[in-house]
Amino acid sequence: MAVAFDEMNIPGGDLRPAYQELARWLKETPPEALEYRRQEAELLFRRIGITFAVYGDSESTERLIPFDVIPRIMSGKEWALLEKGLKQRVRALNMFLRDIYHGRDILRAEIVPDDLIFQNPVFRPEMNGQQVPHDVYVHIAGIDIVRVDAEDFIVLEDNARTPSGVSYMLENREIMMRLFPDLFARHRVAPVERYPDELLSALRSVAPQGASGEPTVALLTPGVYNSAYYEHSFLADKLGIELVEGRDLIVKNNEVFMRTTEGVKRVDVIYRRVDDDYLDPLTFRPDSALGVPGLMSAYAAGNITLANAVGTGIADDKAIYSYMPDIVKFYLGEEPILKNVPTWRCREPKDLAYVLDHLSELVVKEVHGSGGYGMLIGPAATKATIEAFREKLKREPEGFIAQPTLALSTCPTCTASGLAPRHVDLRPFVLTGSKHTTIVPGGLTRVALKEGSLVVNSSQGGGTKDTWILDE
Amino acid sequence: MLSRTAENLYWLARYVERAEYLARTIDATLRVTALPAAYIGKTNEWDSALLTAGVAASFYQTYEEANEHNVVEYLSFSPNNPSSIRNCIEAARLNSRSVRTALTSEMWDTINSAWIELQEVWNKGTSTREDLAKFLRFVQETSLRFDGSAYRTMLRNDAYWFSRMGVHLERADNTARILDVKYHVLLPEEEHVGGPLDFYQWTSILRSVSALTAYHWVYRETLKPWLIADLLILNDTLPRSLASCYGNLVRNLDQIGVAYGRQGPAQRHARGIRNRLEHSNMNDIFQHGVHEFIQEFISDNSRLGEIITKQYLI
Repeated sequence: MAVAFDEMNIPGGDLRPAYQELARWLKETPPEALEYRRQEAELLFRRIGITFAVYGDSESTERLIPFDVIPRIMSGKEWALLEKGLKQRVRALNMFLRDIYHGRDILRAEIVPDDLIFQNPVFRPEMNGQQVPHDVYVHIAGIDIVRVDAEDFIVLEDNARTPSGVSYMLENREIMMRLFPDLFARHRVAPVERYPDELLSALRSVAPQGASGEPTVALLTPGVYNSAYYEHSFLADKLGIELVEGRDLIVKNNEVFMRTTEGVKRVDVIYRRVDDDYLDPLTFRPDSALGVPGLMSAYAAGNITLANAVGTGIADDKAIYSYMPDIVKFYLGEEPILKNVPTWRCREPKDLAYVLDHLSELVVKEVHGSGGYGMLIGPAATKATIEAFREKLKREPEGFIAQPTLALSTCPTCTASGLAPRHVDLRPFVLTGSKHTTIVPGGLTRVALKEGSLVVNSSQGGGTKDTWILDE
Repeated sequence: MLSRTAENLYWLARYVERAEYLARTIDATLRVTALPAAYIGKTNEWDSALLTAGVAASFYQTYEEANEHNVVEYLSFSPNNPSSIRNCIEAARLNSRSVRTALTSEMWDTINSAWIELQEVWNKGTSTREDLAKFLRFVQETSLRFDGSAYRTMLRNDAYWFSRMGVHLERADNTARILDVKYHVLLPEEEHVGGPLDFYQWTSILRSVSALTAYHWVYRETLKPWLIADLLILNDTLPRSLASCYGNLVRNLDQIGVAYGRQGPAQRHARGIRNRLEHSNMNDIFQHGVHEFIQEFISDNSRLGEIITKQYLI
């Protein structure tokens, strides 16, 4: 594996310009002061209740995601490029979804194979021919970005269903501004606080035709036991919209209403944080208690907008991911600005042969797996595991893709033995309304706190950082 | 406002109020039972604590004897008693999480930090009297903080009124119950009241509704049962009296009625109860029978809860 790209230090001893002021500040600040403020940050998180909940019936535990107080910094120039790339990517995702559920030009052009769509469990036949306002399917996208050098941004994963984490972007900034006013005074950091406003106007702009001039927007949550519940209530609060559960909504004459103390009130747009499968027990899983019976028929009648639309999973599926550069070119006639991780599709004999020859260097993923399940990490695996995996691959090659192990970039991070580089990724949030696509400058930086670890997931010891885009 | 949000706010306030009341009851009972037997007679104070909490029947399904250990355990910590202090706090926290958007950060902070703090008490229990006293004080303080932050930080809109209605409805129920149980126990038939024995019993009632000092200020008299009844039922300057609770309930319901541009059965029913309290005097009540009067009140009060639920919360 190559040496990781260090976002702060240039090999040879110089600093990258975006980090110069931070480095000076770190030099002036005694380690105890840093440690003290770190503890204060943790206390704030707990008091505010910014937790991930792991609830059992008898024992309720709520965990904090570790917060690292050293910001991750990017120059305005770097951000400009990333922003352009993100807008391009999300435009393509939306056009792809529109096409898949309507004309299917891309299948006829044989860019993406049919069976990857039609045999995919996240493809929703209910959406065939369904009009969605302004052809926006992915109103909120979270695109996971990694860097391996100073030039490129690489997409690790597109999240086009119900991406989470934006509350951390906002709260991390809030807490940093409270704890480090001096550090902010020395930088010109682009603000992120207009995100809720942008989100609300994006959601209102896609209201169905029959909605009133002031469309009513609600946020649909699975409820207090959901692990991202804090974020749901946080966003509803910032947006000034009702936080509803399935049982608060009813469908009458194909219109959606919420039960209020003054009788029922029509809802026009639902920012839903409930997965497709649970939205409507009459259409999807009949055992879902989280959904709203009849919601899909109101949707089909065009009386409610769901954000994101139903069926967007087909755009962020692992099997589709490797086609994204072609998808961008097909719809936009442009070269993709953001790179993909090179991906071998084991369904193609040539790729399979290469993968079988290089198993010990590659990461092999199940196409329909998630959460790191059923994954082979070649460099870390034993011979026996690799051989067992080889058999699985030969038996069902179309179920797998393979990628090289990436050396994610690093940022300075507080550790038990002082500041040290740790691997990071970035999830910016891309909002698409009827007219514009906007991205608040920043995003959620996740950091792998264990030395050498590349796993940034909060479930496996990952933490978060505030992300600064310098306004130059 | 979502019906579920209103319901959560209303119950959140009721749970906090109930937790405080239970803490006060236990506190007052501990004081009385600490007296030499000659001062408190033969009544089992722990039994009457169970009665005022309305959980005597379920208690005896688990326990044989109503003694300090069992009753404190059941009223404070038992996960099996749906209205133990522990379950009230847990329910309050859960309700708060569900309606975080309708709470001010001060209210959330009160409930959340109390909940965090009490996890340790649930795990370890209170091994000494001192621990127990500290715990009971903490519960009462939490309720005061919650009430205070609601009063000082909430917008005066329906969210606030529903929350206040929860407080007053629960409070009226608690006051009525304690009065009923004590009158039952203390005034068996006609009798002669007075003497050292009753003095401590009456003191204990006043203590559970935090009205001991108030009594002296209002009446400038030694403790007299009918004056105590007057204070707790009819005196609208005492925040825990039935009259005061109903003055507030009527006001809150009117505010909601005005805001929504519509009155309903809840407003009418509440006004009916308030009028009856306003037009009563202690003589009539004694004639009629205190027990009967209070029983009627308790059922009217819980009827109001049902009507509010039907009109607004579902």
